[in-house]
Amino acid sequence: MIYSDKVMDHFQNPRNVGVIKDADGVGQVGNPVCGDMMTFYIKVKDYRLADIKFQTFGCGAAIAVSSMVSEMAMGKTLEEAMKITNSTVAEELGGLPKNKLHCSNLGADALHSAIKDYKKKQAAARGETVAEAPAEGKCYCPYCEGPIEGIEEVCGHCQVELEECPHCGNFTKKGEEKCVSCGAELEHH
Amino acid sequence: MRRVYLDHIAATPLDPDVLKAMLPYLGEKYGNPQSLHSIGQESLEAVEEARSEVAGLVGADQSEVFFTSSGSEANNFAVKGMSLARREKGNHIVLTAIEHQSVLHSAKSLEKFGFSSTLVSVDKQGMIDPEDVRKAIKKGTVLVSVMLANSEVGTVEPVAEVVKVCRSLGIPVHTDAVAAVGNIPVDVGDLGVDALSLAADQFYGPKGSAALFLKKGTRILPFIDGGIQEGGRRAGTENVAGIVGLGKAAEIAAAKLSGRMEKMRPLRDKLIDFLPRRVEHVVLTGHREKRLPHHASFCFEFIEGEAMLLNLDMKGIAASSGSACTSRALKASHVLLAMGIDHALAQGSLVFGLIEPTTGEDIDYLLDVFPPIIERLRKMSPLYTKFLEESKR
Repeated sequence: MIYSDKVMDHFQNPRNVGVIKDADGVGQVGNPVCGDMMTFYIKVKDYRLADIKFQTFGCGAAIAVSSMVSEMAMGKTLEEAMKITNSTVAEELGGLPKNKLHCSNLGADALHSAIKDYKKKQAAARGETVAEAPAEGKCYCPYCEGPIEGIEEVCGHCQVELEECPHCGNFTKKGEEKCVSCGAELEHH
Repeated sequence: MRRVYLDHIAATPLDPDVLKAMLPYLGEKYGNPQSLHSIGQESLEAVEEARSEVAGLVGADQSEVFFTSSGSEANNFAVKGMSLARREKGNHIVLTAIEHQSVLHSAKSLEKFGFSSTLVSVDKQGMIDPEDVRKAIKKGTVLVSVMLANSEVGTVEPVAEVVKVCRSLGIPVHTDAVAAVGNIPVDVGDLGVDALSLAADQFYGPKGSAALFLKKGTRILPFIDGGIQEGGRRAGTENVAGIVGLGKAAEIAAAKLSGRMEKMRPLRDKLIDFLPRRVEHVVLTGHREKRLPHHASFCFEFIEGEAMLLNLDMKGIAASSGSACTSRALKASHVLLAMGIDHALAQGSLVFGLIEPTTGEDIDYLLDVFPPIIERLRKMSPLYTKFLEESKR
C-alpha cells in the first residue's frame, strides 16, 4: 500500500464529512483539473471552531488530509487553526508519498480560506471592507509549493521555470538532471 | 475475501503451461543460444521455435519477428529505427493523439534529430478517421504509426484502412498492437502493416518479453548495437526463458483465441450494460461495438479514480484508472482528453480488463460492491453537492 495506516484510516473513515447549511465561513480550494477540490465549512463560537465539515473531490490522500485537518482544527481558536500547516498535517498522518504532498497544502488552505471568509463576513457585518484575498490555488509548484494551474511553464510564485517530466508527467525545474518526483534522468537540448 | 482481478491492461496472469515451458530455461537449460556446443544449441532451438509460434500467431514469416524486452521497446525500436533509417526521404512522422507514451515520447525524442510529428485527432469514441491520416501526411513524411487497439478505452482502430491510404503514398506503417495481439485476431497480411509491436504480458505470457514484427525488406536502424543476435538489429544475449514464455503464450493464444473471445465478450457486455443501470452519471469510454472483447472502461461523474481504486482494492477488486492522481502526474489521461472528455470527468475514469478466469459471479460481485462505493464517495464530493443543488433549481 502506498499510504500509511493512519492515512488509510482517515480515508476509510473520514471524520466530519458534510455540509453546514448556515456556516459562518466557507472555503473552497483546488479544481478538478489537477485532481483535487476541497470545500470546508466552519461554525465559530467565542472565537473558536465549534464545528467543521468538509467535502472533497479527490484521491485517497486528499480525503485523508481533509479529515485530518478537520480533526486537528476542531475546538481550536482561529489563531491556532491558522497555524496548522501542510507539514504538520502530513506529519500527523504519518507522512505522505512525495507526489501527494500537494494534497496536504490544499487541506490547510481550505481551512484557512474558510476562516478568512468568516473574518471577512464579520468585518462586513461591522461595515468594514476587507481587501479581496487572491484566488486560492489549484496545483502546487514543487519548489515554492505555491499554487499553479499545472499547465504553465513558469511558476507564477517563485518564477521557477517548470518542465514536464516525460516519464511521470510531474513538474521539475528546467535544467535539473533528475525529475524530483520519479527520479528519472531528464535530457537537455 | 473474494479476489477479482480486472486489471488486464496492466498485466495478465501467467498461464501455468507457459510457466512450465519457461522453467527449464531458468534451470538446467542455461546455454547461450549463440554458443556452438549442444547446450547452447538447445537454447537456440527453443528461441527459434518461439519465433515460429509468434510468427504463426500474427501471420508473419519467422524471419520477420524480432524479440525485445517490452512493448515499449518494440515501439521505440519501430518509431525511432524506421524514421532514422528513412532520414534522407524526410523528417516528418504521423501519429494519433491516443498512442501509448512509448510511441509519443519516441517521436518527441526524434525532435532532437530534426524530426517533427503531426498528431491525428480522434472522435468521441476514440476512433481515428483514415482520411485524417491522409490529410496529416505531407512531403517528407517517413512513417505513420497508428495503434491497433487502445488499452485505456478499448477502441479498435481501422488500421487496414490507414495502410491503404499510406501504401498508395509509399509510406510505411507501424502499429502498436500490444493491447490487441493474443486478444483479438491479428494478421499482419490482412492489416498490411510494415511493423507491429506485441507483448507477452497482454496474453498470459511473462513480463519483459515482447516482439516487433518487421516486414521483410523494411528498413530500420539497429536498436541495440553489438553482436549478431536478432539479425544484428537488437544485440544482447537473448532472454531465453522470456522468449520461450512468449512463444508458448502465442501458441496457446492461437489455439484458444476464439474461445477466449466468446467467453469474455458476454461478461464484458454484462458489465457495460448493467453498471449504468445500477449507478447514475456513468459514461462508457471508447467505442461500444469496435472494442476489445475483454475491455470495459467508464468515467464516473463527481468522483476521482484513485479513491475508487482504493475502495475496490479493499473489496478485493483490482482495476486501473487514468486519473491525474493515479498517474502520479498533474494531468489526466491524454487519451481521455484527446477524446474531448473534460478534466473533471477524466479524473473519474476506471478501466476493467477481464482475464480468462473471470466468471459471471466475479462481475456480479463487482456490480454488487461497486455502487455503494460510488455513492459514498459522491456524498463526500463538493461537485456532487453542487450538481444536486443546481438540479433542484
